[in-house]
Amino acid sequence: MTAATASLPENALREVDYSQVDVARLIGELRAVLPPVALLHDSEDMRPYECDGLSIYRQVPLAVVLPGTEAEVAAVLKICHAAGVPVVARGAGTGLSGGALPHAHGVLLSLARMNKILNIDPLARTAIVQPGVRNLRISEEVAPHGLYYAPDPSSQIACSIGGNVAENAGGVHCLKYGLTVHNVLRIRGVTIDGEVVEIGNHGLDAPGYDLLALMHGSEGMLAVVTEITVKLTPKPQFAQCVLAAFDDVIKAGEAVAAVIAAGIIPAGLEMMDQPATAAVESFVHAGYPLDAAAILLCESDGTPEEVAEEIQRMCAVLESHGATEVRISRDEAERMRFWAGRKAAFPAAGRISADYYCMDGTIPRKRLGEMLTAIQGMEKTYNLRCINVFHAGDGNMHPLILFDANVPGELERAEEFGAAILDLSVDLGGTITGEHGVGIEKINQMCRQFNVAERQTFFRVKAAFDPKGLLNPGKAIPSMNRCAEFGRMHVQGGQVPHPEIERF
Amino acid sequence: MTDIEQSWAEQIREAAASKTPLRIRGGGSKDFYGQQLAGTVLDTRAHSGVIAHEPTELVVKVRSGTPLAELEAALLAEGQMLGFEPPHFGPDATVGGCVAAGLSGPRRASAGAVRDFMLGVTLLDGRGNRLHFGGEVMKNVAGYDVARLMTGSLGTLGVLLDVSIKVLPLPVAEATLRFEMDALEAVAQMNRWGGQPLPVSATSWMAGVLTVRLSGAEAAVTAACAMLGGDRLSEQAARAHWQGLREQSQGFFGGEAPLWRLSVPSVAEATGLAGSQLIEWGGAQRWVRTEQDAASVRARASALGGHATLFRGADKSVGAFHPLPPGLHTIHQRLKHSFDPDGILNPGRLYDGL
Repeated sequence: MTAATASLPENALREVDYSQVDVARLIGELRAVLPPVALLHDSEDMRPYECDGLSIYRQVPLAVVLPGTEAEVAAVLKICHAAGVPVVARGAGTGLSGGALPHAHGVLLSLARMNKILNIDPLARTAIVQPGVRNLRISEEVAPHGLYYAPDPSSQIACSIGGNVAENAGGVHCLKYGLTVHNVLRIRGVTIDGEVVEIGNHGLDAPGYDLLALMHGSEGMLAVVTEITVKLTPKPQFAQCVLAAFDDVIKAGEAVAAVIAAGIIPAGLEMMDQPATAAVESFVHAGYPLDAAAILLCESDGTPEEVAEEIQRMCAVLESHGATEVRISRDEAERMRFWAGRKAAFPAAGRISADYYCMDGTIPRKRLGEMLTAIQGMEKTYNLRCINVFHAGDGNMHPLILFDANVPGELERAEEFGAAILDLSVDLGGTITGEHGVGIEKINQMCRQFNVAERQTFFRVKAAFDPKGLLNPGKAIPSMNRCAEFGRMHVQGGQVPHPEIERF
Repeated sequence: MTDIEQSWAEQIREAAASKTPLRIRGGGSKDFYGQQLAGTVLDTRAHSGVIAHEPTELVVKVRSGTPLAELEAALLAEGQMLGFEPPHFGPDATVGGCVAAGLSGPRRASAGAVRDFMLGVTLLDGRGNRLHFGGEVMKNVAGYDVARLMTGSLGTLGVLLDVSIKVLPLPVAEATLRFEMDALEAVAQMNRWGGQPLPVSATSWMAGVLTVRLSGAEAAVTAACAMLGGDRLSEQAARAHWQGLREQSQGFFGGEAPLWRLSVPSVAEATGLAGSQLIEWGGAQRWVRTEQDAASVRARASALGGHATLFRGADKSVGAFHPLPPGLHTIHQRLKHSFDPDGILNPGRLYDGL
């Protein structure tokens, strides 16, 4: 070991081998602290947990535990800590980067049974919830008080709030209302040694380092969250949406910049290219103009007077920046129809293609034109189609690469296509992931976005919470060895990344 | 690395080798804040200037030694602002100091704190490594959020080189209203308004007067004024009021009595501490001038579900910040050690031993 690596945990240098676990003993110990319903170790019973929303990676763990209380979570972690067994936490399993992919020699800890809303305080505008509560359920439960929980990832019907914390989930309204990190006041969690910690509090800040920020987007690698206090937002009285069509995607991108430059922060600002509108139109009949090269959806919310004023300003900007058509939603039904198309983009991709691969790079908005032009070139290079939906307001793009896994070579080409988009995102001054997380999917691209010293810092941050590196090992932050291998592969080219991982 | 960055990195490596503390300092406007000031001064002011300001991206990237006033003037010229309305506490305040202190002004409860606007950071750690985290984009979950971690860490984890901050457009319209009521009713009222879709951007209560600022679209502010009633302040009086709070230049903050800041749930009952009080942030920030002992102030803050900071006071031996529970204290120590293994960066400024 050199001086530079002397203080690094072992997992920072290479992937650690956990195969020497005494499985029978582990199961016995878990059985002693959990009710029978909360422990699965038959491989057929564990099958539903073998993957998350990124189903090209699958792995059955040693055991699945479903604790119902914080005390049970702590007991499980203590056992795994003592035995040196990896633990992967899982919410609803809707994640798109394989963050909840089980570890072959580890325990999968599902928080699905911890799904109670513990307290709603309408005056303080807070709700205390368990991690397995679904995102949308919070808004439903607090609606009678005129409140809602603002972050609305597109999977909000199914995704859990614990998973939202792990990924720092966003949504279509986050330009105005913030990400998960902006809407959580306090977290209770259990560290790998079984100690309960409270991070943040019911005021607006907490003493010491901002560990609350560190927990958001940490992909279950620092602690297991058992309780979350979310901030609730008063429901706007009224909302209206403008649909603007453009004959050129670059012009649409410039119009987005112009809206922001005019001092408007829209409640939502989304872009779809022509292939995307065509795909959703035949599916949900949103009434999108099919001859447009790109459409923008631009939403305003607030009091009726405020919305009228803002919509007028938005329309003026859009029209002066080359919109060929501007439609204002006439009623709530039409507004919902405008959004139905955007929200159906992923399933629509699933209808026109056997499989699709969703990317998540974020770039500075002004580089959008370059990115879209490059993606058109990549479609030819990899001989695959790509449709583009885009959180235009915050530069977060979701290119959907269409492929058929049954056609030999297409999955590999789709992955290479995706990697090329992520590489370009980094080169354009952006990031490889805006809201889906790194997980296992983008772990190699982390070697490109961060240098050795930065990646070592990540491992040291992790070690401050989890010195043995047992929480979700092998995810999010690549070991130095992995990056060295990736560097070599990248030079040789033409090889499939992660040959050690089974493909389906 | 630039020449300045290079020379700072060398200075840090030498300090680490000889285990001599460095005191990272911008304009010194917040020297009063936190605990001890120990070590050789590393003056950040030579590392100055806005690196990039893209008004249409709502992002500014700026060097740490840049005067805060210079940054705010540059934003103002483009019709933008720092959403967290940071206090300067003196003409020489720098951007680095603003981020390291992590202090936010009157707009905090509605717009967010310094940490909420932090997008990216470049820093030198205690090994002299130049590290970059986050970026200039709004959404970024690649790696742990070290940029936000730096906010409020009082220079104990690294020397900030530059930061990328989300900025906001200036509100189209503003109005400030005044109401006479007692503290209890004021806190209840702040919370009731907070639960309605009103464009409230700041609140304060002192000596029987509740003051509310509304910011937003012209129509929204006009409608809210009509709905809330109260006495509307002139533009000049309104500006003076909020500026006096932001910079702690108004009368309440004068004098020698220790100034405590209690951060509590917005609905918390009265602090019950002896001395005068001023309430901000919709009830979530309570300033108290009291000679009561630190232990009883902190016990009261804890009982209310918050924490207490000895913000200004002659005797910081009681600790400037609320003591951490053992589990969190251990994590803090390990984090400090991971960024600054030789303990040379602003040691003891935040907590003893950090």
